[in-house]
Amino acid sequence: MTKTIPHVDYLELGDKPHLVANECTSCGARFFDRRNACAKCFKNDFKKVAISTDGILKSFTIVAFAAPGVPVPFVAGIIDCGGTSVRGNVVNTEPSPEKVTLGMKLRLTTFSIGTDEEGTEAIGFGFEPA
Amino acid sequence: MASDDIWILGIAMTKFGKHSDKDIVDLGSEAAIAALADAGVTMADIGILAAGNLMGAGAGFGQQLQKQIGQTGIPVYNVANACATGATALRTAIMAVKSGEVRMGLAVGAEKLSGAGLLGGGGTSKKDGNKFEPRGRFGSVLPTDGRIGTDTMPGTFAQVGMEYGHKYGGVSFELFAKISEKNHAHSVLNPMAAYQKRFTLDEIMNDMMIAYPNTRPMCSANCDGAAAAVVTSGEVLRTLSKEQQRRAIKVSASVLTTDPYEEACQILPDVNTLTRNAAKIAYEQAGVSPSDLDLVELHDCFATAELVHYDNLMLCPEGGAVDFFMSGATWRDGSMPVNVSGGLESKGHPIAATGIANIWEVCHHLRNEAGDRQIKDAKVGLAHVIGLGSACGIHILERSGL
Repeated sequence: MTKTIPHVDYLELGDKPHLVANECTSCGARFFDRRNACAKCFKNDFKKVAISTDGILKSFTIVAFAAPGVPVPFVAGIIDCGGTSVRGNVVNTEPSPEKVTLGMKLRLTTFSIGTDEEGTEAIGFGFEPA
Repeated sequence: MASDDIWILGIAMTKFGKHSDKDIVDLGSEAAIAALADAGVTMADIGILAAGNLMGAGAGFGQQLQKQIGQTGIPVYNVANACATGATALRTAIMAVKSGEVRMGLAVGAEKLSGAGLLGGGGTSKKDGNKFEPRGRFGSVLPTDGRIGTDTMPGTFAQVGMEYGHKYGGVSFELFAKISEKNHAHSVLNPMAAYQKRFTLDEIMNDMMIAYPNTRPMCSANCDGAAAAVVTSGEVLRTLSKEQQRRAIKVSASVLTTDPYEEACQILPDVNTLTRNAAKIAYEQAGVSPSDLDLVELHDCFATAELVHYDNLMLCPEGGAVDFFMSGATWRDGSMPVNVSGGLESKGHPIAATGIANIWEVCHHLRNEAGDRQIKDAKVGLAHVIGLGSACGIHILERSGL
C-alpha cells in the first residue's frame, strides 16, 4: 500500500478526510496554523476540533495569472464550513463565473498532488460542488 | 491656529512612471528637495527624517538619502509597512513634531517598481520528487499558493470585493470594471500619473484577465516614483511668513491601525475592520463627518478594493457601496469625488511613495493649485492607504483658511 502524507498538517486523512483546527479553549477562536497564543484573547491553551466538510462559497476569484509553476486558471475561494472560514480551491468544475457562484454549496474532496523520492504520496484537498 | 496643531508646510511628488535613468535615492532626493523648497525651509530646519522604501527595506534608505540631500546628524527612522509605508513615514514625522521633540520633520517615500510584475504569489521552491517533509506553520509538504487558494495580490483583493458581494449583493464583473473606467477617466487630467489613458468599459472588460473579476487595467500600475512632505507645529507656523501660513495644510487627523482579530481574518486578510476603525478615529479627531469631505483619495490597489472602502470610510450607508457608486457620486463631478488623481490603477503605485502622494493630491486641491482637475472650492479631504498584512493609514486634511 502506498504511504500517504497530507499536504498540510491540518488535513486529517483516513476514511473520512476532514480539516482540523486549533481551537482556543478560552474563547473558541479557531486557527489552522501552529500557534504561539490566541490572537483574540491571548491565552495559549488549544484543542483540536474537526471542521465540517460541507460549506458554502462566500468569496472566490478565478486566478488566470500566477507565479511560475502554478497551473492556471484555478478557482481560489473562501468557504464557510459551518461557521468556520476555510481557504481552498474550488475543484471538479469548470473555472468560469457561469459555473462558480457566490453562495454555492460545496464539500471537501481529496486527491493526490505528487509523490516523493521514497514513493510517499502527498494528498491535497479542495472543495467540489455538492 | 493652536500651538499643537500639525501642519504640512511643504509637499511634493515626482511624476509617477518609468524612471530608468534614476535610482531610488535620485527619486527620493528629487521629492525631498522639492518638498523642502515648497515649504520654504532647508535641511538645517529639519529635526527628523522618516524614510520609506519597501522593496529595499533594510538597506538604510534614509541614510543614503541624507548623503545626497544633507547630512545634518538628525535621527533617521527607516520605516517599512507594506503599502502603508509612506503614510507610516509621515505619521512618524508627525508624532515627533507632536511630542515636542522636533520643530519640523521630513517624511519621504520612494520606490522603483517598473516591470516588477505580479506581486504576492510564489513558492515553487520545493521540487516534486524530494522527500516530503512538513514545513512552516501549516506543516506543508508542497507549496500552498495555487493549491490552497491564492497568495497573489490581484486574487486576494478580488476575493475582498467578491466577499462584499456575498454579504450585500449587487456586485458583478461589470460593476467593478465601471469603477476602473472612472479612475482611468480621471487620470486624463493628471500629468503626474503614470498612465493617462481613458478606457471604454468594453476595453477594460476585454483586457487580459489577471484574477477574476480584475482584468489588467483594474489592477494598480507598478511604476517608479517618490513623494515627500515637511511637517511642523502650529507654534512654529505662527513664526513663519504669511505666504507659508496661507499655503500650509492642516493635518486634522493622522491615524494608523492594524487589523484586529475577526473570524476569518487569517483566512482572507480583513481590510475592512481596520479601515473602519481608522476612519472612526480620524473623523472624531478632526471633528468632521464624511459629508464634510470635498474629495477622497482611497487605496484602489484593485477596482474590487475601491468598492469596499466606500463603505469602510463611511462615505455611504453600511452595505450601500454599490448603489452609492452607481449614483455617480464618486466621479469628479459627483457629490463625493473619489480618486480624482486617477488612483493607483492609472496614477500608479510605487509602494512607499503612495501614502504621501495621495496626501499631495489632496493638498494640491486644498491649496487650489490642481489646475485642470481642481475640485472647486475644496476645503477638506481624506487620504487612505492599506498595506496588506495589514496596516491602514488615514489622514484628514484642511486648508488653512488664511
